[in-house]
Amino acid sequence: MMATQADALSAARTPGELSFAAAQWQRFGPILTVLGVVLLLWYAAAVWLNAPQVIERVLSNQPGWGAADLMRLTWAMDRPVLPAPHQIALDFFSSIVDWPVGSPRNLLFHTYVTASATLLGFVMGSALGALLAVAIVHSRSLDRSLFPWVIASQTVPVLAIAPIIIVILGSMGLTGLFPKSIISAYLCFFPVTVALVKGLRSPGVLELELLHTYAASRSQAFWKLRVPASLPFLFPALRVGIAAGLVGAIVGELPTGAQAGLGARLLTGSYYGNTVQIWSALVMASLLGLALTGAVALAERGLMRGMKPGVKK
Amino acid sequence: MNLNEIGLPWLVPGLLLLLALAVWSVRRLAAFDAHSLVGEFGTPLLFGAWVLLFWQLLTQAFDVPRVLLPAPSLIAQSLLAGWGVLAGDFVQTVLHSVLIGLVLGCGLGFATGVLIDRSPFLQRGLLPLAALASTVPLVGIAPIMVMWFGFDWHSKAAVVVLMTFFPMLVNTLAGLAEAGHMERDLMRSYGAGYWRTLFSLRIPVALPFVFNALKINSTLAMIGAIVAEFFGSPTAGLGFRISTEAARMNMGLVWAAIVVAALAGSLLYGLLGWVERRATFWHPSVRRG
Repeated sequence: MMATQADALSAARTPGELSFAAAQWQRFGPILTVLGVVLLLWYAAAVWLNAPQVIERVLSNQPGWGAADLMRLTWAMDRPVLPAPHQIALDFFSSIVDWPVGSPRNLLFHTYVTASATLLGFVMGSALGALLAVAIVHSRSLDRSLFPWVIASQTVPVLAIAPIIIVILGSMGLTGLFPKSIISAYLCFFPVTVALVKGLRSPGVLELELLHTYAASRSQAFWKLRVPASLPFLFPALRVGIAAGLVGAIVGELPTGAQAGLGARLLTGSYYGNTVQIWSALVMASLLGLALTGAVALAERGLMRGMKPGVKK
Repeated sequence: MNLNEIGLPWLVPGLLLLLALAVWSVRRLAAFDAHSLVGEFGTPLLFGAWVLLFWQLLTQAFDVPRVLLPAPSLIAQSLLAGWGVLAGDFVQTVLHSVLIGLVLGCGLGFATGVLIDRSPFLQRGLLPLAALASTVPLVGIAPIMVMWFGFDWHSKAAVVVLMTFFPMLVNTLAGLAEAGHMERDLMRSYGAGYWRTLFSLRIPVALPFVFNALKINSTLAMIGAIVAEFFGSPTAGLGFRISTEAARMNMGLVWAAIVVAALAGSLLYGLLGWVERRATFWHPSVRRG
């Protein structure tokens, strides 16, 4: 029924003809419906997955229990197989509010630890990636010898080196923020280099020759033509890079014995079977990922505004 | 060959001479035409060989501790000595977690794409979710999957399924929308129905997109399987080997496991690229001349 309604709407899709409510439904209706269905399925799955434990522990000595008891108990378990969405929301909220922000029991503290490692790594990795891209664009030898390896590294699970970085830097006395940001940095590094080399090479012969007729120097051609032309290539890579860097920072928190950070929350949650804690750490990691990529997208929008008529708003 | 016996006075000029030779030879090869065999493969291979040689010489000459960086020869020795162990890890991680997860995740993503292709409503509902999934550290779901499906490869395959589903869904939808009006009208004028058009026109046209997703997913799947093993696994698997041997400072075997993981990732990617060139021989990016 929903689908036919939407089909009818999209068939009549000319912006002027739709009423305000219909336009809003067009925009948010589908995603809200899908989210609603996911939520319903989630509650159903929580009953289904948690039922065996509930029946075994509680209901087996209460004869005559019904579906209502089962639902009430499966949605309020202490260590559920699958916590109900409202349990996760409550735990998420209380883990932010119940303790002071600087306390290691507060989720925001762990988010700050992970976010700072990600951001530091992102800045280092992008800067190094940009330097290498400039070197590759200007040196034929590097382009032929090194660049194929950078491209090939995209097919390799570089994240596997994370435990080594932690151990090596740990044996040199470096712990905490820095090793994690190194991992983030090398995960950001490769996509930025590949995209920037492509972007810096994107100006065509026509544009380059135009600058040549203006008697532009090599550095003028670089800053006024190649750099602006590379931005549409650079920003998608930065978005990929910062998302990968976040995964890197989280993974980097695993081998250190789970001291601080969202990765540590995930690991302690799984050690102690505290599923609700794992889920709220996951929610927080997702929000952090959204915020970081959103920040890059905002920077992109600000920098690229009015640059080209064809650029999407 | 113990380089320390040569002595430092000879060592530094020797290394510098060798470095000059390396730079000269790489520059010489880089001057070749980019499309010739030497230009395309010779230069990066020579560069890689020089890097390996300098890695070997420098780690030996300056007695770099094994924990920091083992020499390539030591990694090769560990690779040979630990062959049986690493083969077991390869089977556990690549053949079980990665391949099964990849097939299931990509199959589900493709099937969902074909199914919701007819419903713009569901597409508008699911595509924002797919965009969300690309910015979210999905691999964090690993501890949950370990609880649900146990320590063995099933939980890793489940993580891989989740990570590979959305890229395949997005690319399948984009690919199915790729067939032009002219071609669709032609199919209709032949009296072809929905399914005939789907199999004879739209899926073939979508193949470059599908292979693109497959190649992205092959890397994601390797990462997902290895990282999921950091969260708990039976006593086999490349990720398990890397994390436990790193904790025991047995760096030779760690690097050997990384070499195996890198080779497996590149092989999988290369294999998909090979199949792609056979399957989409008609595409301008594959066609030559």
